Amino acid sequence: MENFSLILAIVVITALAFDFTNGFHDTANAMATTISTGALKPKVAVAMSAALNLVGAFLSVEVANTISKGLVDENGIRPEVIFAALVGAILWNLVTWLVGLPSSSSHALMGGLIGATVASAGFGAVHGDVLVTKVLLPALAAPVVAGLAAMLATRFSYALDRKADGKAAEKGYRAGQIASAGLVSLAHGTNDAQKTMGIITLALVAGGAVAPDSDPPTWVILSAGLAIALGTYIGGWRIIRTMGKGLTELQPRQGFAAQTSAATAILASSHLGFSLSTTHVVSGSVMGAGLGRKGGVVRWSTATRMLVAWVLTLPAAALVGAGAESVTDLGDWGTAVVAVFLVAASAAIWKVSRREVVDASNVNETEEPAGVVTTAIAAVTPPPPGAVTEGLTATIPAPVTTTEPAAPPAAV
Amino acid sequence: MKIDWSALGSVFGVSLAVTVGLVALFTLGVMGLSHRERATAQGGSAALATAGAYVAFAGCAAAVAYGINLIMAKG
Repeated sequence: MENFSLILAIVVITALAFDFTNGFHDTANAMATTISTGALKPKVAVAMSAALNLVGAFLSVEVANTISKGLVDENGIRPEVIFAALVGAILWNLVTWLVGLPSSSSHALMGGLIGATVASAGFGAVHGDVLVTKVLLPALAAPVVAGLAAMLATRFSYALDRKADGKAAEKGYRAGQIASAGLVSLAHGTNDAQKTMGIITLALVAGGAVAPDSDPPTWVILSAGLAIALGTYIGGWRIIRTMGKGLTELQPRQGFAAQTSAATAILASSHLGFSLSTTHVVSGSVMGAGLGRKGGVVRWSTATRMLVAWVLTLPAAALVGAGAESVTDLGDWGTAVVAVFLVAASAAIWKVSRREVVDASNVNETEEPAGVVTTAIAAVTPPPPGAVTEGLTATIPAPVTTTEPAAPPAAV
Repeated sequence: MKIDWSALGSVFGVSLAVTVGLVALFTLGVMGLSHRERATAQGGSAALATAGAYVAFAGCAAAVAYGINLIMAKG
């Protein structure tokens, strides 16, 4: 660990901070429907997801080894560029969390990386075609693939077995949902914790602390796994609420279909070499499962807001990354300014979030009193006409206490 | 620019087929258990339905095991 300069230490800490935001941003992907259908208690769900993320982080280093290849020229990447990229990604993750919108952490990271690289080395250093084939097209394909699969599976399941009442059915679908949600968590750990490992390793290589082409050092694997698990356990409750309750209402069977479709699409895509973002896959499968049941509704206003967030993710993170990179370029004090700005902005976002706390106790309540969150959402998109009656801002007629499915007898 | 349509197509096909198949299999399993539940409530038994249910769940468990295998094999 010779040559461990201050800037490297900053990059490593920032990367772990990103890993942490990635964890709590993406808890929703695995656990939102599990929590909203009542298959698991909120705290139990996030604990299970955290443990599986940690396990997943140790399963392989393949993703870490391929990170950053292709999208930007690795030659001449300095630690400052990576730092600026991470700043963009973290801030975008925090902003989307504040407004409760699921958005892809990978896109945020890539956006930050692209912005910082452009600011540092010009547009020539970004491969535009790779951007389209690896980022934009998968983002369009993911929700369609997973959504269609979830919709057809739900429809088929209801056609097979119209009744599915009774304790056995209820218990069965819940167990199935927990299993497939666990699989999503595991896959998330292998993919996303490793992205951070890859970033840290890239920084270490760029800073000359480890030899090029080496595997991530053990302490990198360990700390990245722990950071993502901790973030997952803290739980991005705002996003869980949007994903589990905001998009549509799911019964345990639909939750099972959604999670199964998500797990399948994620595994199939990473295995067949067409990587899809977990966030996009899960959002699509939740909507598909919602549409698959007769009488199921999707709140399109929420879906639209989510879509806007997806479109904005890359450019927004890129813009912040580019800005941060230009400031770090001014010298060491510039880097210090960016670091202080990151901490101050994160603290400010957290402070704003405290005005209206969403946590394990109220994660399943859909009613959102007009407050800072709704104002923030309104700033993101002007509500379409009619949104008043269907949006999250509206008072949803069902009383809060009846949103839970009728509790099964204590024998469960 | 080269878009890998065949990879996209196979992801689409595999996701669709596996999801619908697994959910259907699981639904059959749950139907078997529900059947047993109703049968026991009326004092009877439903050995065939129960056995079918366990076969269906075993199939699902095998799929999960294969999924975990895929996650590990990425290394």
